[in-house]
Amino acid sequence: MEDVKKIMHVMRRAPHGSIYTYEGLEMILIMAAYEQDLSVAFIGDGVYALKKDQDTAGIGIKGFAKTFMALDGYDVEKLYVDKASLEERGLTEDDLLVDVEVLTSDEIGKLMNEQDVVIPH
Amino acid sequence: MKIGILLKEGPYNHQASDSAYKFAEAAIKKGHTVDAVFLYNDGVTNVTKHMDPPQDDRDIAKRWNELGEKHGVEVLACIAASKRRGISDEVIIEKGEITGLGTLTDIAIRNDRLVTFGD
Amino acid sequence: MLHTINKSPFESTTFETCVSFVQPGDPILFLEDGVYAVQAANRFSSRLENIMKTNPVYALQPDLSARGLGAVTDGVTTVDYEGFVDLVEEHQVNTWL
Repeated sequence: MEDVKKIMHVMRRAPHGSIYTYEGLEMILIMAAYEQDLSVAFIGDGVYALKKDQDTAGIGIKGFAKTFMALDGYDVEKLYVDKASLEERGLTEDDLLVDVEVLTSDEIGKLMNEQDVVIPH
Repeated sequence: MKIGILLKEGPYNHQASDSAYKFAEAAIKKGHTVDAVFLYNDGVTNVTKHMDPPQDDRDIAKRWNELGEKHGVEVLACIAASKRRGISDEVIIEKGEITGLGTLTDIAIRNDRLVTFGD
Repeated sequence: MLHTINKSPFESTTFETCVSFVQPGDPILFLEDGVYAVQAANRFSSRLENIMKTNPVYALQPDLSARGLGAVTDGVTTVDYEGFVDLVEEHQVNTWL
């Protein structure tokens, strides 16, 4: 197909402490309707967005971790998590809410280089 | 080349808005087309028309308005981000427009580049 | 792909993070507080020299001047906003915030 762009969203911040991850997710959900080649990379503190057992009831902020589980239904299936970022935080794939592809930084870097657009959140 | 700009921070707190403006200005000077500046996150507060900085400081909202006026750059604030922050048609500059994230997707698709500024 | 960094390396890990994803040959541009990375003879100079064996490094001159930074690490190219535009014309952009 012509006019299909490869667009990668990069999540690099922890959720809740700032709005970037949440509004980033809102952007991804809208973009998903446009049939572009979307992917999402979770790097650094961005991996915390996918952490299981988040309960925001006590901080007065709407939780959105489960929305990541809905991405699959929007045909956003390319979720990449940086292996080093997981490891240095003492996390494994089992700590994450959704099925992701765990890749090395170099592998994600190569994917970044294939993109037409990279949007940081 | 055709360029879209995504601006993710408000005015004054961060340099992002200034960098985005200087970049847009330079691109236009070099003969490129700056198609649109899309404001997201706190970036939507770049276009509030009641901004009134001290005389010796830059007026960021006015600057974006002039870019729209003189060079046809669309200055667009995301509707969801705007509503959250109390930004509506009544409080924004003449050349500003509130629009959806679908428009950003179009901007990403129709331009050769999407350049992000933020913090 | 052009990678841009706008954070001081003394305060943020953005520089180190970015470098682990950058592919050989990709240019890196420091702007805003990011330019503190390229000041000559600072803690990051040898790291930068190493990076410059595989990747060209640029810094935005107006941001250096604004911060009173004169000498930059050998090999770093300074550009103005128009030079920034030229880099964007040559490459897609990956902004590391």
